[in-house]
Amino acid sequence: MSALRSRRHREWGLAYLLLAPALLVFAVFTFYPFLRNFKLALYQNPPYPGLPAHYVGLHQVGSVLASTSFHQSLVSTLLYVVMVVPVGLIGGLLLAVAAHKAIRGMAWFRLIFSSTVVTSVAVAAVVFGTLMDPVVGLLPWLGINPHPAILENPTWALPAVSLIAVWQFLGLSFVIMTAGLQSLPDEVLEAARLDGAGGWTMFWRVTVPLLSPTLFFGLVVGTIYAFQSFGQIDILIGPQNSQFTHTDVLLYSVYQALSIQDNPGVAAVLSIVLFTILLVFTLVQLRFLERRVTYAGN
Amino acid sequence: MARVNFEGVSKAFDGALAVDDLHLDVHDGELLVLLGPSGCGKTTVLRMVAGLEDPTAGTVSIGDVIVNDVEPKDRDVAMVFQSYALYPHMTLRRNIEFPLRQQKVPAAERARRVDEAAGTLGLGDLLDRKPGQLSGGQRQRVALARAIVRDPQVFLMDEPLSNLDATLRIQTRADIVSLQRRLGTTTIYVTHDQVEAMTMGHRIAVMRDGRLQQVAAPQDLYERPANTFVASFLGSPGMNLVPASVDGAVVTVDGTRVELPAGPAVAAGPVTVGVRPEAASLAPEGIAATVVLVEQLGAEAHVICALVDGTRVVVRQENRAARPDLGDAVAIRVDPAQLLLFDADTGARLELGR
Repeated sequence: MSALRSRRHREWGLAYLLLAPALLVFAVFTFYPFLRNFKLALYQNPPYPGLPAHYVGLHQVGSVLASTSFHQSLVSTLLYVVMVVPVGLIGGLLLAVAAHKAIRGMAWFRLIFSSTVVTSVAVAAVVFGTLMDPVVGLLPWLGINPHPAILENPTWALPAVSLIAVWQFLGLSFVIMTAGLQSLPDEVLEAARLDGAGGWTMFWRVTVPLLSPTLFFGLVVGTIYAFQSFGQIDILIGPQNSQFTHTDVLLYSVYQALSIQDNPGVAAVLSIVLFTILLVFTLVQLRFLERRVTYAGN
Repeated sequence: MARVNFEGVSKAFDGALAVDDLHLDVHDGELLVLLGPSGCGKTTVLRMVAGLEDPTAGTVSIGDVIVNDVEPKDRDVAMVFQSYALYPHMTLRRNIEFPLRQQKVPAAERARRVDEAAGTLGLGDLLDRKPGQLSGGQRQRVALARAIVRDPQVFLMDEPLSNLDATLRIQTRADIVSLQRRLGTTTIYVTHDQVEAMTMGHRIAVMRDGRLQQVAAPQDLYERPANTFVASFLGSPGMNLVPASVDGAVVTVDGTRVELPAGPAVAAGPVTVGVRPEAASLAPEGIAATVVLVEQLGAEAHVICALVDGTRVVVRQENRAARPDLGDAVAIRVDPAQLLLFDADTGARLELGR
């Protein structure tokens, strides 16, 4: 009995030993900062850098949540997500359906469609920045000269930045949808053809429902991706213009509070808000949507 | 209802012939079984009727209409797939009425026809369930209901029983036969199981390597196979094929002479002798052999013997016969009236004169 117990102890010991490197990395770079962040949120930084922060309890959380800049940031973030995720998902699905045909040379289209996945945010931002340039860009070439320029325009800056995110997400969305399409059961699609389903019925009544697990996965991945957009805004708008042009999405305002305003307390509060939103959002998606998703087979 | 006709139909995939110059006429109201080992092209034939594959050459007609260029949905054929191919996100009612919805059948008639089809297949209580909540046998019946609800010209069935367990398979087999006989709908049924073929088909078309070997009623096929392939593929176990020589009406197997009622119209020389296991028996005198294996099947037994040259011969024994032991030296007697001769080279059956 005790021999058995000691062997079990040894096995547990070995398990922790093998896990230790990974646990150590997580502890140092994830768990500790995560917990430390909650402490930061309780301390207020003085207006002048260098002076010690003092404990204010939940007071700082309340004042950040009540501020207009936070509300603006929240609205911008939600608008941004709404612009990026559905368009990216539907666009990826349409491209995948279009490319899901056995036509010569289709491999090249697949390569092109999926290439945005491997393009870095910086490169994409510079390319789009050039296209949207008020002097050498696409619009002046077409004879359209919005004033102020698109990326300095409070109405158009957020849609312009979201366009880049859509473009980038399209590649991932296309890859996910293509994988989903390729795993659909051929016989069910053939049965539908024989049962008289035309292209439209086929797509809406058969393909989309069968693809719902893939669409669901794309929705979760796309939402998290959109909430974490940062590079495009930093490169094209920058901290000076982001509040004015309503492009200071939550993640970007965390960065602004920390690096520009040198205010770790506010940054900590904002990041907790972002974390909470994503957590709630993911739980809601998992709970409610998964129930409606049709999984093929048993 | 309609006849289905194949006129010189071939199908090549990347240059490899899956179906080679098929001429076949499926009669109106008939259940024709396409039988053959996997990869023989039988499913491809079925899919060409459905319109899921296009023939490389030849014409396929349903009724008297050539359908080569007709879309699958306009062919008025219903197919039952091996995997059932139900719509997993729809209730059974939705599944069964799906083809009717596509035909824009009014709701009241749709409901009536779905209830009727579901009743026929004993699915009446399950119409609000989804396929995931059903057993394999129930799913197969939903697939059948979805096919019969359309009242199509032709049923196409692609190994519909092979995912069911043995008991359910026998029961569903009988259900399909009685359904087909009652509805009288022309049916093409693909299987690799010769028992299914024998019990279900009005006629059986045997295929091998893309070529049609023989089309005949089950009993004809069993008694008068066109060649050694058909002879050995049908029956469980298949026909014994033994090398021998013939001279007039006298066949010599392993040194033992058997006198036939009539000889083939060929010159003396080597032939292949075909003997059904039930046409052979263990006797005091006959072809010398050694018992290799005895398979007890309850009502009968299969005694597997090896001739002197190593050829295996299966002898079917009734229950009352004494069972030999492994390794016993025995003698096999064959019934001359039930003996078939095949060409030693081509395998084609040789007609015996009368």
